[in-house]
Amino acid sequence: MSFPAILVLEDGSFIEGIGFGAKELSVGEIVFNTSMSGYQEIITDPSYAKQIIAFTHPHIGNTGINDEDNESDSIFASGIVIKDLPKHYSNWRATQSLDSFLELKNTIGISNIDTRALTAKLRDHGALKACIAPGDKDSISTVTDALNKFSGLEGLDLAKEVSTQNAFSWDEGTWPNYQEVKNEKLIVAVDFGVKKNILRLLRKHVGKVEVVNAQISFNELMKLKPDGVFLSNGPGDPEPCDYAIELIQQLLDINMPIFGICLGHQLLALSGGCKTYKMKFGHHGANHPVQDLSTKVVYITSQNHGFAVEFSSLPKNIEPTHISLFDKSLQGIAFKDKPAFSFQGHPEASPGPHELEELFAKFNLMIESNAKKN
Amino acid sequence: MPKRTDIKSVLIIGAGPIIIGQACEFDYSGAQACKALKAEGFRVILVNSNPATIMTDPLLADATYIEPIHWKSIEKIIDKERPDALLPTMGGQTGLNTALTLAKEGVLKKYNVELIGASREAIDKAEDRELFDKTMKGIGIETPRSGIAHSMEEALIVQKTLGFPCIIRPSFTLGGSGGGVAYNIQEFKEICEKGLDLSPTTELLIDESLLGWKEFELEVVRDKNDNCIIICSIENLDPMGVHTGDSITVAPAQTLTDKEYQILRDQSFKILREIGVETGGSNVQFGINPENGRVVVIEMNPRVSRSSALASKATGFPIAKVAALLSVGFTLDELQNDITNGLTPASFEPSIDYIVTKIPKFAFEKFPQANDRLTTQMKSVGEVMGIGRTFQESLQKALHSLEEDLDGFESILDHSSNQNDTLRYELTFPGSRRILYIAEAIRLGWDAGQINQYTGIDFWFLYQIIDLIDEESILQDKKLHEIDFETMLNLKQKGFSDKRIAKLTRSTSQDVRHSRKKLGVIPAFKRVDTCAAEFATETAYMYSAYEGECESRPTSNKKVIVLGSGPNRIGQGIEFDYCCVHASFALQEEGYESIMINCNPETVSTDYDTSNRLYFEPITEEKVLDIIDLEKPEGVIIQFGGQTPLKLSEVLLSNNVKILGTDVDAIDRSEDRERFQSLAHQLKLRQPPNRTVKNLQEAIDASEEIGFPIVVRPSYVLGGRAMELVHSQTELEKYLKEAVEVSDQKPILLDGYLTDAIEVDVDVISDGVEIEIGAILQHIEQAGIHSGDSACSLPPYSLSAKVIEEIETQSKQIAAELNVIGLMNIQFAVQDENVFIIEVNPRASRTVPFISKCLGESLVKSATKTMVGKTLKEIGFSNSLPKNYFFVKEAVLPFDKFPSVDPILGPEMKSTGEVMGIGSTFGEAYAKAQRAANKIFPDSGLVFISVKESDKKYLPNLLPLLIEQGFSFIATKGTADAIKELGYDAQIINKVTEGRPHIVDELLNNTVNLLINTTEGRQSIEDSASIRRTALQNKLFCVTTIFGAFALLEAMSTNSDDWIYNSLQEIN
Repeated sequence: MSFPAILVLEDGSFIEGIGFGAKELSVGEIVFNTSMSGYQEIITDPSYAKQIIAFTHPHIGNTGINDEDNESDSIFASGIVIKDLPKHYSNWRATQSLDSFLELKNTIGISNIDTRALTAKLRDHGALKACIAPGDKDSISTVTDALNKFSGLEGLDLAKEVSTQNAFSWDEGTWPNYQEVKNEKLIVAVDFGVKKNILRLLRKHVGKVEVVNAQISFNELMKLKPDGVFLSNGPGDPEPCDYAIELIQQLLDINMPIFGICLGHQLLALSGGCKTYKMKFGHHGANHPVQDLSTKVVYITSQNHGFAVEFSSLPKNIEPTHISLFDKSLQGIAFKDKPAFSFQGHPEASPGPHELEELFAKFNLMIESNAKKN
Repeated sequence: MPKRTDIKSVLIIGAGPIIIGQACEFDYSGAQACKALKAEGFRVILVNSNPATIMTDPLLADATYIEPIHWKSIEKIIDKERPDALLPTMGGQTGLNTALTLAKEGVLKKYNVELIGASREAIDKAEDRELFDKTMKGIGIETPRSGIAHSMEEALIVQKTLGFPCIIRPSFTLGGSGGGVAYNIQEFKEICEKGLDLSPTTELLIDESLLGWKEFELEVVRDKNDNCIIICSIENLDPMGVHTGDSITVAPAQTLTDKEYQILRDQSFKILREIGVETGGSNVQFGINPENGRVVVIEMNPRVSRSSALASKATGFPIAKVAALLSVGFTLDELQNDITNGLTPASFEPSIDYIVTKIPKFAFEKFPQANDRLTTQMKSVGEVMGIGRTFQESLQKALHSLEEDLDGFESILDHSSNQNDTLRYELTFPGSRRILYIAEAIRLGWDAGQINQYTGIDFWFLYQIIDLIDEESILQDKKLHEIDFETMLNLKQKGFSDKRIAKLTRSTSQDVRHSRKKLGVIPAFKRVDTCAAEFATETAYMYSAYEGECESRPTSNKKVIVLGSGPNRIGQGIEFDYCCVHASFALQEEGYESIMINCNPETVSTDYDTSNRLYFEPITEEKVLDIIDLEKPEGVIIQFGGQTPLKLSEVLLSNNVKILGTDVDAIDRSEDRERFQSLAHQLKLRQPPNRTVKNLQEAIDASEEIGFPIVVRPSYVLGGRAMELVHSQTELEKYLKEAVEVSDQKPILLDGYLTDAIEVDVDVISDGVEIEIGAILQHIEQAGIHSGDSACSLPPYSLSAKVIEEIETQSKQIAAELNVIGLMNIQFAVQDENVFIIEVNPRASRTVPFISKCLGESLVKSATKTMVGKTLKEIGFSNSLPKNYFFVKEAVLPFDKFPSVDPILGPEMKSTGEVMGIGSTFGEAYAKAQRAANKIFPDSGLVFISVKESDKKYLPNLLPLLIEQGFSFIATKGTADAIKELGYDAQIINKVTEGRPHIVDELLNNTVNLLINTTEGRQSIEDSASIRRTALQNKLFCVTTIFGAFALLEAMSTNSDDWIYNSLQEIN
């Protein structure tokens, strides 16, 4: 189903295009993503809550949507902006089109947009508030009203909104063979908006996985008798998540092995006394070079974050482990005195390169050596 | 860790002559490697036999050897230069194979030369099929089910386990040469026999058929710290079964999900690590079953390749340059990404926000007897690339770039009759135009399912093409004035050319252009930036799109546009790219901003740092005018890109564009027969008798006046397209009825053939006042053989001083009359000391790079400078040749790729490339040119002689020379009698038509060492074709012209151990 639609930015500019998916106005912070593949994983990534994703690759929707590649059960992004939506998709695993999936998940998309010019604008001005709405330029005033009501992501705690209400255990290993490790270790994954592939990789490398709500108390969590705690990725600003910071500090105090990714990384850093800041336009793509500071090896990584940990704010007991070679921003930290480390990018990939999968193995080793110590 | 300091000098081996499967992409990569290593302070020693390359420009290396790429020649150079290291990965399969031979012969060890970039073990593991297969199994990566055979018996056993169809590929051959798909046992045996013979290791890999599987290639770069990156994924639109070099390919991959793509990425890295490619670029090819996603690895190349050149152009990431730097110790994170002005490191993966489509270009019209179906053996001679914001736009731009009069998806079938059989055949057994047949199938009502069933092409691509054809059919019902802004914009965004829109709306392209501009639908130019606009870039590598913001930002500098030469084809290849690149350099030296327009991804001209600004666009009226509208240059140079830019001269003039250099009218005066005749008449120059005819009767009348033999050809052609020598009225009639179309609009030219004349090529340079001879080249083969296929010598080796003086005088007269500014090429024929003028081309010719290498001075640079107002004096032009040297250019022919074609030379050009031999005598230079062309001649033994009647007068001179060299004779009756009459002995052998055993049997029995076989007349040529074909297949040296035989004897009299090896830097 296509319909006339409009993309309005907070600087007052607008672009008319062709709408698809759900015919409903939607507001968010617009960011660009430079991944050339993996739109299904990207749009189902809860970290994109309240964000509108502009894809730089011109054709989006080529391989349709399949039943295996979702990173969550919904679309959390506010909408997507693309250059071209192919009328037909083709792939042996596909079960429906991107268009119908968006409609099903109640999300609006807009195509026929010069996403290259848009990207250049976001690059120069930084992330902007934006709105996609059905209709043409006559509907601008309604759209602008909606846009004005949106206050942006800074200071916004979205993690608790997207987190699972009920705890559940996760059994599935990684695609395509659903490989899983056979042991009894239990990881509690605190869900700030977790991607399924993280859970699959924990299952593959570490052990059993129990996913819990972001606002779980320390006592409730400890009742599960975890061997390690995983801090998930998620949307929004880490700073307002005081409940999580408090929880993490308590876990650090008892030397619980901790691994954090993305928002989880930022929360771990905040718990250790670091500061975070909002980036100009963030990192969203699958081609980002990140260097391991000790081995000097460069990894191509998947990235999706708009906030980052301030390099200069690292206290003495936390060491930087990785930096971005695009802008030298901090990409990973490790506690010198605690079994805790975290990574800003996405070692679970999905979409993106797999080479940092080794961080999951590292987490497993950390848990095992910690168990021996105790 | 920065660069290695234990290496001071590096030897780079080039790829040699342009052949099918190995084209000028290796000039691009080699030139990058030379520049990069030289800039880092290494002493670069280069060996390449191809004088038409940019990489052999003396400035690019410290010591440039234009010498045979043969291990014995290279050993001499190693002995002289003592390099510390050898970089074998820049010269294609030739470079790799030669490096392996140097290692196996112990040369590298003897002189302590280290192989960098790829070790001997890595090359072996990647190239030896059996070893590769085993290695892949060892790391759990699937390869096609297959077997290895070293004999026909083994091949048959393997076949039984795989069934039909199955794929046969010989080891260590270029471009998959000699391979094929067999559907039955007879085909199987034929292909195996040929393959066993072609493989230097007598080895075949026989694979399960993956026909119809999806095919992908990944371009990988790895450094010594094990940092691995993918530069680009390439998807073949044509599925498995068609060689990737002959397939339409698309970047980045379009029909894989991320999960599926990451499997290929992971496997690529695993393969590089296991094969042991420690530094540099490689490509890995995969097949994927479209039903279930089963992935198999097809092959990997541990070197830069045609696809890495494509990937470099598609992304802006200079793979060869980076690979060269990695081989001397740098790591990826230490290198900067030039395109983002060093903002980002080279250790990242390019993200692109446009689509790139490559379409190969074929030359089957040159080889009518060749099998023109596409298989696993590469047959294309060139390629074009289209960049667009969508697949449709890039695909249509690529079609426009091919220079095959395709303004889009032209209709090629008669729709009034049932074409289903034709379509089924063309879709199932692809030829060079399958994409057009697909469009026809859509027009005739076939659905995507049917087309997929026959072609195996992914539905995604098919629906994209269906959409284009749907747009066309809607457009057909409209008139131009009914097209509104939205419709026009939509059409242009889908890549429809003005000409195609004009055709469908029954208007003219001028009208469409006018109306389009009035509607405000004008192209914007976007930048290729490696990063999808994430970082700002200053690099002006651009393509057009009909969308939003124009990023071109033209400067106010004084500037000149150079029009490139488009895709490589027979008759117009790397030589013209060389010229365009030099023009660009010269403009920059003169303080101009140089702007290049070209669409050939293999070339140096389309490297982003060759010109100040690069527009990667089809060289069509529409695109060139769009760019001129935007850039407003002082002028445009059309002299250097061969026929491609010349075709635009009238359009440019009528749009008030200033063309630099010789007036366009001079082109017409030299190409229009009647005007040329009056020019010759006016200057009192002798022409062979000639006529222009417009129908059969005129032709017959004219032939009576001229007298046979006659050279016939259509007007306005390059490379002697459809040119033939006819000996009788019957042959003439046959030619006019079968070979060409003749009409008032398409006249045919008839020229009297000058028997036994020597052909001479002259390149002239002029600033409009002073005229200088660039060089006079004497051809070895007599007039009648296309100049592009003849060997030639500089200086002339047997012309008298009087003739040379006469040629100089005439050349200067013509240049003065045509008021040449820049370059002009003239062909003369000399018969009995009489000079005849054959042809004049007021533009750069194919021989210009060769001459420039001999002179040590770039003719093109000087010519370009004259076009922007410099005089030859100011430039300091000198045409003096180095003393005591002979330079021979030899043509390289593709007959081994077309086994059913008669390997005979004629008036139609068939060569794909050229080599140069340098010697202190003509014989030595000619001998080295033969070795460089990989034509190994015997120095004694049994020679089969069969010469045409008009050549028999040369036997008294030829025979004693052969005897002295140590040959004895075998001949068919007629020639044997002539030999005996001269007092020599000769074995008599039957002609093929005379019963057995005959000459072909004798050749197959390997008793003959050399063939001298000259022939004339359609019938005799046909009768003796099997002799030449057999000789070619059995790698016997076969001379097809009598002058060639004399030259060969001079070559035989030299001793290869005494050949000189001097670098260009020493010579000039």
